[in-house]
Amino acid sequence: MSKLPANSKTRRGGLRGAVTYLALSIWAVVVLFPFYWMVLTSLKSYAAYNSEHIPAFFTLSPTLENYVQAFTAVPLGGYLLNTLIFAVITTAVMVVVSTLAAYAFARLRFPGRDLVFGFFLSMMMIPSELVVITNFVTITNLDLRNSFPGLILPSITSVFYIYLLKENFEQVPDELYRAAKVDGTSDLKYLWKVMVPICRPTIVTITILKLIECWNSYVWPRLITDDRAYYLVSNGIQQIREEGFGRENIPAMMAAVVVISVPLVLLFLAFRNKIMEGASRGGLKG
Amino acid sequence: MNIKLEGLTKRFPARDKRSGGEVTAVDSLTFEVPDGTLVGLLGPSGCGKSTTLNMICGLEAPSEGRIFFGEEDVTAAPPELRGVGMVFQNYALYPHLTVLQNITFPLENLKGDKKLSKAEMRRRAVETARLVQIENLLDRKPRELSGGQQQRVAIARALVKTPRVLLLDEPLSNLDARLRLQTREEICKIQRATGITTVFVTHDQEEAMSISDRIVVMKDGVLMQQGEPQQVYDDPASLFVAKFLGTPPINVFAGQVKAGRLYLEGSGAPVLDTPGVPEGPVWAGIRPEGFVPDTAGPVCCGLNRVEVLGRDVSIVCTHPACQADTIRAIIPSRSLVNGADNTVHFALKPDKVFLFDRETETRLPFAPPGAES
Amino acid sequence: MDRSSRKAWLYLLPAAALLAVFLVYPVIDVLIYSFEEGFNFASQTYWGVGLYNYSYVLHDPYFLQAVENTFVLVIITVPVSTTLALAISAALASIKPLRSLYQTIYFLPYVTNTLAVGLVFMVLFQKTEYTDGLVNLMLEWFGAGPIDFINGPHWAKMFVLCFYTIWVVMPFKILVLTGALASVNPDYYKAARVDGTSRARIFFRITLPMISPMLVYLVITGFIGAFKAYSDAVSLFGTDLNAAGMNTIVGYVYDMLYGDSGGYPSYASAAAIILFVIVLTITCINLLISRRVSGEGGVHIQ
Repeated sequence: MSKLPANSKTRRGGLRGAVTYLALSIWAVVVLFPFYWMVLTSLKSYAAYNSEHIPAFFTLSPTLENYVQAFTAVPLGGYLLNTLIFAVITTAVMVVVSTLAAYAFARLRFPGRDLVFGFFLSMMMIPSELVVITNFVTITNLDLRNSFPGLILPSITSVFYIYLLKENFEQVPDELYRAAKVDGTSDLKYLWKVMVPICRPTIVTITILKLIECWNSYVWPRLITDDRAYYLVSNGIQQIREEGFGRENIPAMMAAVVVISVPLVLLFLAFRNKIMEGASRGGLKG
Repeated sequence: MNIKLEGLTKRFPARDKRSGGEVTAVDSLTFEVPDGTLVGLLGPSGCGKSTTLNMICGLEAPSEGRIFFGEEDVTAAPPELRGVGMVFQNYALYPHLTVLQNITFPLENLKGDKKLSKAEMRRRAVETARLVQIENLLDRKPRELSGGQQQRVAIARALVKTPRVLLLDEPLSNLDARLRLQTREEICKIQRATGITTVFVTHDQEEAMSISDRIVVMKDGVLMQQGEPQQVYDDPASLFVAKFLGTPPINVFAGQVKAGRLYLEGSGAPVLDTPGVPEGPVWAGIRPEGFVPDTAGPVCCGLNRVEVLGRDVSIVCTHPACQADTIRAIIPSRSLVNGADNTVHFALKPDKVFLFDRETETRLPFAPPGAES
Repeated sequence: MDRSSRKAWLYLLPAAALLAVFLVYPVIDVLIYSFEEGFNFASQTYWGVGLYNYSYVLHDPYFLQAVENTFVLVIITVPVSTTLALAISAALASIKPLRSLYQTIYFLPYVTNTLAVGLVFMVLFQKTEYTDGLVNLMLEWFGAGPIDFINGPHWAKMFVLCFYTIWVVMPFKILVLTGALASVNPDYYKAARVDGTSRARIFFRITLPMISPMLVYLVITGFIGAFKAYSDAVSLFGTDLNAAGMNTIVGYVYDMLYGDSGGYPSYASAAAIILFVIVLTITCINLLISRRVSGEGGVHIQ
């Protein structure tokens, strides 16, 4: 919209613009400040931090000793590796399982399909808090506590992603399928060679969203692991805070927090548009 | 209310930011809309006609030039102080409000001594609704209405404030063909009834020709020609205007003027006397109704087919000098066509033939009879 | 069963099996658990069927505390975050330069680890022997006394929890509302401007009704999300939320299941079902109200 040339109007518009930018910048500071403080604190030495009765907004002698401490005092590297393994396997299996199911719903004909899909959809309403109890018992009874299968199995399925993929698959024109059938293409090959490439944007989106979800998951890993060898980062950082060095060495704890946060921030900056678009279609938090 | 545009220019920053330049959407446009007339702003999409309408409305500020409503310079006035009513292409009816609420919406904005009572607002809204014949739809929501009905609601909303000027942006483009005919008559009728100065924008020349008192033809932000529809049709100032007006479109031939006569390229005989036209290459535009079947006629075309239209006959034929694949000639159905040897000969009506400079594409008028020769 | 049906089921099998084992069966099972009285986890036996578990949970002061905390959290954070997000989105929609930068910044909390960043908030708000912390420093500038937000009075702890929760949920709300605002056809605004409509009136009479379906969606998901609050509280106050007096309903469920006071899946189940019923009821009320208020207007959520 263009500004009106009348003088009083533009002046008022200019003032409104300034106030708008000021307000937006304030919220930007509120959002960014914790990140700044986290990095800043992680660079302050233990001694320097504890001698600051009044917190300093910058440091002139940054040090990496906290990062060394974070990786040596607790197996932070191990936590990161565990989380990576957990996130990658869970996401990979989720994508495969969801793709197959979405394909069945979108393309294959079988009696009762809509009924089954409706049943699937209704499962979206089941809150995870409700099922966690029995899952905990199930995994315990299967003797899968403190193991990757125990962590991964209940985390795989997401009805929502099946739904998202199915919607996307249905947009691929029927003619392609019929043409492929005429050429004698098998369903699996058609799925792999035609559907998946066409719907790649959606698949990438759900992959990234699931990775974020896995990286941040806390409740289930906490229930199912008490052996530090299987801790994920969320549990690791909580353990550091309550039993580890976090109780007194704040800078080292902040170093750990930075290490945990950085991979996701990088992932976000790399796939900014994909993540934001995907998140607006179905949020995880909120 | 008489509207006058003086040297109106609008420049936008170029979309491609790296070039850093500006795009001139409207270039020093000057024309006048006489009081109480219906004027069509006509041109292909992207010619700046909508931008012009937005500037008249006050939604966009011109980069240069001035706009007058009567004697009043409204160039800097915000839309609400101009007294304009606007009908948007997609009607922009508020979907969550009823028809009545939509129509009263502009009245509720009035402040100070112009403020109206609830009852008065309703009275005016109903009165306007009656004018456009939607008084039985007042409690409906826009999505429950047909396209034509939505159109009328939009017009009612624009008229309810009794604006000095009514502006319509592509008023018929969202309607189907049958409704379009009906609605354009409706618009014409409402305009006559209210006598309000009206400017509407369209890319459809037939629409503009059929209802406008005057048309203003634009291309690339520049005014090409203005005048009464028939006059512009009969006397196009440029090849563009000639091509833009008329269905079927004018037939364009490559030709040469030699010694006061027009020769079509690729054929030896002169086809028309062209008094006063300088020698050289020209474009010759011949209206479909400018062809007269004549076995001795100088224009010899290859006959493709004859389409019977009832009152008229459309002859589709070819000629080597024609710039399109085929020529269309419209002749009265009584004149018989002898297509035995797959050729057809025409004579030309001089007043339906226009010559244009090959380079500048401007009109090369014939000298008036008796001036020369 | 013909060949193509068999094939379809084969494609569905992995998802169906996982969902059956980890989603459908547990929902039924949790109901059963909640009615089995005196369930012994080690011996897998129980001595009766009835409502004792519910009665126990409803009389447990920790549960009542958790319910109170959760409700306070919901009642504060949902309206505040939604209104704030609306204001920010409207401001974002009115500017052009830097918009994308602001949007990127505002989205950052969405991709951060709630547990990890919560610790930063704890550090910012905490008062220790060494330092009063940054927030208290700022309070001091305004002449307010130091308050321990992490181990101090209940209202202060509640404040931090609400603050952090809002910080965490804002990205999603801003994202959704920015999208909703962008989808409003600009011709409506032009039409309103031609009629000289004031900015406030445009916002309340046109913009707000047009995006109301998205607002309803946000309020409902906001309620559901806030009722499930847990990790935020843990990151601020540690795992022993009961001791901090800051437990939430979800936290109570997990503590009953497996925690310092854990080992009681029956109580956990009863509490989980109570939570589910609360959420379901509130969602239904929300839907009813929103249908009455904006029901006839605008576009509906697909």
